[in-house]
Amino acid sequence: MEVDIGGDVMTLNMGPQHPSTHGVLRLELKTDGEVVHRAIPHIGYLHRCFEKHAENVDYPGVIPFTDRMDYVASMNNNLGYALAVEKLMGITVNNRVRCIRIMMAELNRIASHLLAAGTYGIDIGSYTPFLHCFRDREKILDLFEEVCGARLLYNYNWVGGLMYDIPPGFERKVIEFIDYFEPQVDSLNRLLSYNYIFIKRTANVGILPPERAIAYGVTGPNLRGSGVRFDVRKDEPYLGYEEFDFDVPVGLGEHGPVGSCFDRYIVRIKEVKESCKLVRQAVAKLTPGDFQETLPKRVKPPAGEVYMRTECPRGELGYYIISDGSLKPYRVKVKSPCFTAMSAFTELSRGAMISDVVAIVGSLDIVLGEIDR
Amino acid sequence: MKAEEITALLAERFGEAVVERKLDGTNPWIAVAPGRILEICLFLRDDPRLAMDHLELLGGVDYKDRIEVVYIMYSMSQRHRITLKCRLPREDPRIASVESVWPVANWHEREAYDMFGIVYAGHSDLRRILCPDDWEGYPLRKDYKYPTRYRDMPV
Repeated sequence: MEVDIGGDVMTLNMGPQHPSTHGVLRLELKTDGEVVHRAIPHIGYLHRCFEKHAENVDYPGVIPFTDRMDYVASMNNNLGYALAVEKLMGITVNNRVRCIRIMMAELNRIASHLLAAGTYGIDIGSYTPFLHCFRDREKILDLFEEVCGARLLYNYNWVGGLMYDIPPGFERKVIEFIDYFEPQVDSLNRLLSYNYIFIKRTANVGILPPERAIAYGVTGPNLRGSGVRFDVRKDEPYLGYEEFDFDVPVGLGEHGPVGSCFDRYIVRIKEVKESCKLVRQAVAKLTPGDFQETLPKRVKPPAGEVYMRTECPRGELGYYIISDGSLKPYRVKVKSPCFTAMSAFTELSRGAMISDVVAIVGSLDIVLGEIDR
Repeated sequence: MKAEEITALLAERFGEAVVERKLDGTNPWIAVAPGRILEICLFLRDDPRLAMDHLELLGGVDYKDRIEVVYIMYSMSQRHRITLKCRLPREDPRIASVESVWPVANWHEREAYDMFGIVYAGHSDLRRILCPDDWEGYPLRKDYKYPTRYRDMPV
């Protein structure tokens, strides 16, 4: 005889302070035993009114605020904003600025993906890879410190140029780092990525089919993890990325179905290798030049509007800027990749176990500073 | 497909609903009648020539005499994009929700509601998203008065 036990649904609050939520995120879980019926994300704990601030400062003054959105990939945030204003003003930067920007953006992508992979290891229960990842990430931060004096919030990509030129001998140090770092990726793969337990914990969890990923506006590695080969650097190139030779890795479903947590994770590891290739090419293409050749004396774009998206480590970061012809932007709207990825979370986690919720949040690689702005 | 061709298709299908167009700037846009936004969006998504399957951005803009809702959409298969705008009265901005067209609009619309007070009819869960539930006013409106206190705490 079958009896419906009709267990009570319990509400479990995960966060706002929880080691696995990668910041101040609260997940309201409606659980029946270990199974999650419904997960409701509550965001906004880090809301700092970026868009309102941006309306009250001049155009270059917005750049430090962009640093603080995705604070582990600030170079990329600066870059998107600088490119958007440059597009509005019709500025094209010279080759030196372009190559340095690509070098910095890709180094920052490596640093960001290392952080994602390391903390994901911790989420799943493996501590050592985190130390390895942070050891290598420190080396990148040292390089950034040498260039602009800051380790986390750089304010480096300015509208029409750069804050400083790279110091003498910097290219050599970058190449030395890449030479050192490339074998480390394989070591990370041996240590974490193809670990049996890691695969078991991630490969059949949090499946996001490609059509749902697109409908939810999921971008970047999360979208590519679902098998969609789309990368803004390839498909809508900016900064002359079309002259560079690199691949766009996608999730292949090596273990279990395509679009699982494992696919999203492994896409990032593969991207790190592509970024290494890009850094090498950017160094090779570097030519002498003035790093502030096109820097405008006054940033005063004509009235109009622009939408510019760039490929950040977490996906497409879009800046929608409306100018009324004054020194301050009339409106800056940011399309945050983590925001849209998080909106798919309720669907992703339906029917998952509580421990898998941790695996799913980690695989989306969210930064709450960017979700809340 | 270029923005001109997309606009031509929309004008042919919806006629009067295309209120204004500006296709020569850095971001080509067309303004459409707010009352028909849902069917326009469904057409943009489902017509195989357009196939706008990806809503890139949805947000509000306060122009002091009106509030605009901006939709930027992109087609992953056709590799083209268009920006739609809808003008709403400032006193009572109301428009149909496009959540049924793109699920991602759910959170974007909540944010626009939170920041501008735009009410989306047919939205499944229209609550504030970034500000606390009991926050007063709509912060991104141009005439927003900064509060001095929140729940007896100085801000």
